[in-house]
Amino acid sequence: MTTTLYTPDHEWLAIDGDVATVGITDYAQQQLGDVVFVELPKIGRALKKAEAAAVVESVKAASDVYAPVTGEVLETNAELASEPALVNSDAQGKAWFFKIKIADKSELGGLMDEAAYTAHTA
Amino acid sequence: MPVPDDQKSLRHTPLHALHVSLGGKMVPFAGYDMPVQYPAGVLKEHLHTRAAAGLFDVSHMGQIALRPKSGKVEDAARALERLVPQDIVAIAPNRQRYAQFTNKDGGILDDLMVANFGDHLFLVVNAACKDADEAHLRANLSGDCVIDPLADRALIALQGPKAETVLATLCATAPSMKFMDAGPHEVAGIKCFVSRSGYTGEDGFEISAPASDAERLAKMLLDNPDVLPIGLGARDSLRLEAGLCLYGHDIDTATTPVEAALEWSVQKSRRSGGARAGGFPGAEKILAHFDNGATRRRVGLRAEGRAPVREGALLFAGADAGEPIGQVTSGGFGPSLNAPVAMGYVPTKLSALGTKLFAEVRGQRLPLAVAAMPFVKNTYKR
Repeated sequence: MTTTLYTPDHEWLAIDGDVATVGITDYAQQQLGDVVFVELPKIGRALKKAEAAAVVESVKAASDVYAPVTGEVLETNAELASEPALVNSDAQGKAWFFKIKIADKSELGGLMDEAAYTAHTA
Repeated sequence: MPVPDDQKSLRHTPLHALHVSLGGKMVPFAGYDMPVQYPAGVLKEHLHTRAAAGLFDVSHMGQIALRPKSGKVEDAARALERLVPQDIVAIAPNRQRYAQFTNKDGGILDDLMVANFGDHLFLVVNAACKDADEAHLRANLSGDCVIDPLADRALIALQGPKAETVLATLCATAPSMKFMDAGPHEVAGIKCFVSRSGYTGEDGFEISAPASDAERLAKMLLDNPDVLPIGLGARDSLRLEAGLCLYGHDIDTATTPVEAALEWSVQKSRRSGGARAGGFPGAEKILAHFDNGATRRRVGLRAEGRAPVREGALLFAGADAGEPIGQVTSGGFGPSLNAPVAMGYVPTKLSALGTKLFAEVRGQRLPLAVAAMPFVKNTYKR
């Protein structure tokens, strides 16, 4: 059973036990426009909550993707390197960025559920 | 919805309502509320322009008529030569030429197009510089010319391989024009100034129309299924692939035309030994650069990887070299090349094609090489 949570900076996290799969929201990809490059964190990197973890670049500009929680990067989505446009076509599915081992589950308390996130972007 | 403060004072072009109705994402640019992209998005807009035709609103740019008080256009041309290093006298009637206003230090105040309309000169200058340019013209040329800003005109660019056939349906005389021809033409019965030019590297036209007719004209062009509206985002990626300078980024008051690799735009008649050598602001420095070379040069840069290298990135001679040797002035992703492209300034001794350099992006040194411009072959109809 996974639960999906959202950050105010437009990242989503699908929580499965103590592992979170992280990506950017459909709203975020619409704001960015055509994605042409994604830079992912190294596997094994220890991320602190709110630290710049990945970079997503459109034709026009580069934007940081922040670590939504503290933890270690377990896996990254190699498909994004060869097909960055996946972020536009399937932001909240195939275009996940990385998986992180959640160090402190209490950090999840500050995140939004889908209803709260929808209200946040309205 | 309340209007944000930064949009309250923004000016609108005659096509503003059309942009909004087409779903344009409006952003502030050079004091105007302009479309950065439409629903198709920057990538599709860029590729469509190279494959068919794109319509751009460039009405924010300044259009200025320079009318000689003597009635002789040569007198306006000679007067304007006091402000630019180009041969203006030699521009034949119904032709135009790329030029730069220079300052006393040899830097560039603005870049512009100058057309000879028979009895006067027609100038197109950058939006962000147009007030300063107008003041500069008044301060220096008022004795010889009436400086007449044509504020009630729109400027529409139609660019791409289908531009000719599209415009031909509304303007029978358009197909006979060659690259850099410019003059009065009727487009759908509207009295326009049309030039065969643009800033995308593609064949195309720029159409100056009375503001009151602009929306009707733009809609007629957009009715053609080959034409999509194109925003500032794709305009920038198209001109970058074409290797063309963006004022305030690739050229400014600190760059001379020689450093900027714009020697081709300065005719021999204005260089040392020419019939009208010098006589423009900063001539001493600019001619010295022609005669002895400049120590730095604008070059094209291609990255080895896929990460875009953007404006401001520092350039290094080696992966571990200490001091930066230059800086990227424009950079991004080239949709037609499906790869990053950039331009920037490097020491002349490191400007040879193929020279390996490194750009620092987010703390990493990314390898790139000096590359020929334009990055995408231009298709001007000469």
